[in-house]
Amino acid sequence: MALDLDAYLSLHANALSIRARRAEVLANNLANADTPGFKARDIDFAAALKAATSAPASPPAAPNTNGTPPADPLAPFIKYRLPSQPSLDGNTVEVDSERAAFMDNAVRYQASLTFLNSRIKSLMQALTGE
Amino acid sequence: MFKILDVAGSGLAAQQLRLNTVASNLANADTVSGDPAAVYRARHVKFQAVEGGVRVTGVVESQAEPLKRHEPGNPLADENGFVYAPRVDAVGEMVNMISASRSYQNNLEVMNTSKELLLRTLMMGQ
Repeated sequence: MALDLDAYLSLHANALSIRARRAEVLANNLANADTPGFKARDIDFAAALKAATSAPASPPAAPNTNGTPPADPLAPFIKYRLPSQPSLDGNTVEVDSERAAFMDNAVRYQASLTFLNSRIKSLMQALTGE
Repeated sequence: MFKILDVAGSGLAAQQLRLNTVASNLANADTVSGDPAAVYRARHVKFQAVEGGVRVTGVVESQAEPLKRHEPGNPLADENGFVYAPRVDAVGEMVNMISASRSYQNNLEVMNTSKELLLRTLMMGQ
């Protein structure tokens, strides 16, 4: 029975990288909490994870020769938030809900990390056979 | 993930600058002058969202007319006995200060949480 190492680890690895990107987006919202006209954004995690897991495994994108960074694969899943109470200066960051979302994201990141760790541990246990 | 530290850091720097202008405005609220052109003007920062955080694009000076007071006994008064005081909105500045300090705390919390997560990620598989 062959073990597909990629499939064994990929779900949580994908989840982890999307969580990391989401943390960046939420941190950006919080940094711009007082910037007039800034529109808060978030990642549609479920859709992003679905796309990442259903996509055929592709080799990591080679860095472009012209020096531009590779396109962000998660960019299509970054959406603007609908504010529940828009402010006069056009800013749509609601600090309390952003903080709650950031905390929630951090805990789920740790959960993914723990799952990944336990998978690696059981793999190591199987390898050493003790 | 390392980008978060830059994003939160830019937020910290911007809020720190905002706190600086608040401190400067409050400290100079009573700095009178005999020349209306030389009087201190309240300063406010301008924030702009950029790729990877927030940036302070400039510090603007208030265009409000200085307050004119008749104080002939003041050594700084002009020949007609008038002194000019900056129009600093003390209550507004206090609100600004509280808002800046809350935002600073939020950014700091983001930074701490991210650091914790990064350190745990570095321990993966050990």
